[in-house]
Amino acid sequence: MRKIVLPLVTAAVLLVAWHYAVRLSGTKIFPSPVAVAKATVALAEKSLLWRYIGDSLMRVAAGYLLAVILGVPAGILLGWYPPLARAFNPLIQMMRPISPLAWMPLAVIWFGVSNLAPIFLIFLASFFPVVVAAMNGVRDVPPVFLQAGRNFGLTPRQQMTRIVFPAVLPRILVGLRIAFGVAWLVLVAAEMIAVDSGLGYLIIDARNAGKRYDLVVAGMLLIGVIGLLLDIAIRRTERFNSVRWGFKE
Amino acid sequence: MTVAIRNLTMRFGEMPVLEDISLDVRDGEFVCILGPSGCGKSTLLNIVGGFVKPSAGEVVIDEERVTGPDPRRIFVFQERGVFPWLTVEGNIGFGLFRLAEEEKRNRIAYYVQLVGLRGFEHAYPRELSGGMKQRLEVARALAVNPDVLYLDEPFGALDSITRLQMRRELLRIWQTERKTVLFVTHDIEESVQLADRVVVMSQRPAHIQRIVDIDIEHPRDLSSPRYIELRDSIFAEIGLAHQV
Repeated sequence: MRKIVLPLVTAAVLLVAWHYAVRLSGTKIFPSPVAVAKATVALAEKSLLWRYIGDSLMRVAAGYLLAVILGVPAGILLGWYPPLARAFNPLIQMMRPISPLAWMPLAVIWFGVSNLAPIFLIFLASFFPVVVAAMNGVRDVPPVFLQAGRNFGLTPRQQMTRIVFPAVLPRILVGLRIAFGVAWLVLVAAEMIAVDSGLGYLIIDARNAGKRYDLVVAGMLLIGVIGLLLDIAIRRTERFNSVRWGFKE
Repeated sequence: MTVAIRNLTMRFGEMPVLEDISLDVRDGEFVCILGPSGCGKSTLLNIVGGFVKPSAGEVVIDEERVTGPDPRRIFVFQERGVFPWLTVEGNIGFGLFRLAEEEKRNRIAYYVQLVGLRGFEHAYPRELSGGMKQRLEVARALAVNPDVLYLDEPFGALDSITRLQMRRELLRIWQTERKTVLFVTHDIEESVQLADRVVVMSQRPAHIQRIVDIDIEHPRDLSSPRYIELRDSIFAEIGLAHQV
């Protein structure tokens, strides 16, 4: 109960402050919370909003899952075979600070105005955090676990499946969560440029098609709320018994 | 199951760590390797366990030269060696993957009982105390029915009361299972309480300074004159006056 009260009070105070700030300043370029609420309702009544949300989720799911499917095994291999890491790590570390958005011009040339361009950018955004988390996690697996595995006569393959993978799983989950955060940020930016649907497009379209700042802010809040819900869903995985040891209570 | 350590020498680079160690451990014997911190006794146990190659010399177990770790000889670490992603049952059953399901279940149940973890079968290590985790690791080792147990300062991280209880537990289990035990410790009292023989190691580079037979029946009376005599002779051997 106390966990909800304080955030609710804070939100209420901020909403009131927002409302009066808009009223008293008489601004025309920032909507009041009431206007935003009306805009949200209006959007929800149209099927367009649900289609946009669906498109955004589909893109983020495709790019993100592809990054996870490729990134986890790649990271584990890099962590397990030091020469491989020596060969590839400088490249990874150099690619990592390049904002995925910098790929936008190339992505648009390669994929045109289609779903593939944002999916590609989301893939790039999530791939590196996943790879790096898995790689560092494998390097940090305590030697006693590996030694115990050898002692019980595990084959190298069993060593991988029965020791390395479970030992590194909490670290991978942390990487997945960070990767999702970046993916969600990149999604909105990518949709503003490369496609004509989705939550990012909703924002840019609301501005271009008549300076509807109430719709702009409504879109922003929707992005925040959906992102938060997905983050909570991902955090749920940390409660599974076989990984809970890796997280603080 | 006899363990023969023959002329073992170990150097890390230029630094000599172990110097010409020879020791014969009899079947079912409980031997403590006692020495100051950093003297190389853990290195010795790691070589005997097959995890580290010696610079010279060899370890022969029942006429067979040790070339690597082997499920017939299990190494017990401090409590941090249990797998945190597995339950008590999962940990004890870890090495039993070659057994049929029913046999595996029976063994797990037996060793859960033996180390006093009944009621905690489905608990995870994070829910156990340090002493329970240590007993779990011993159970995991015993479950594969090894001939030899290597214990590397297994009770070092426990508080002194738990440590005393664990020694009693270990002796009880050893008397039930009759494994050959090599137990590394820096605790003089611990070695005299547990071992049939205490191998006293010197400072680095370590050689065997003396081997002391502990000729007291179990359970040992820690205030008997013989216990105190043996303990104090080891204190003297290491060059410590038994005073605080």
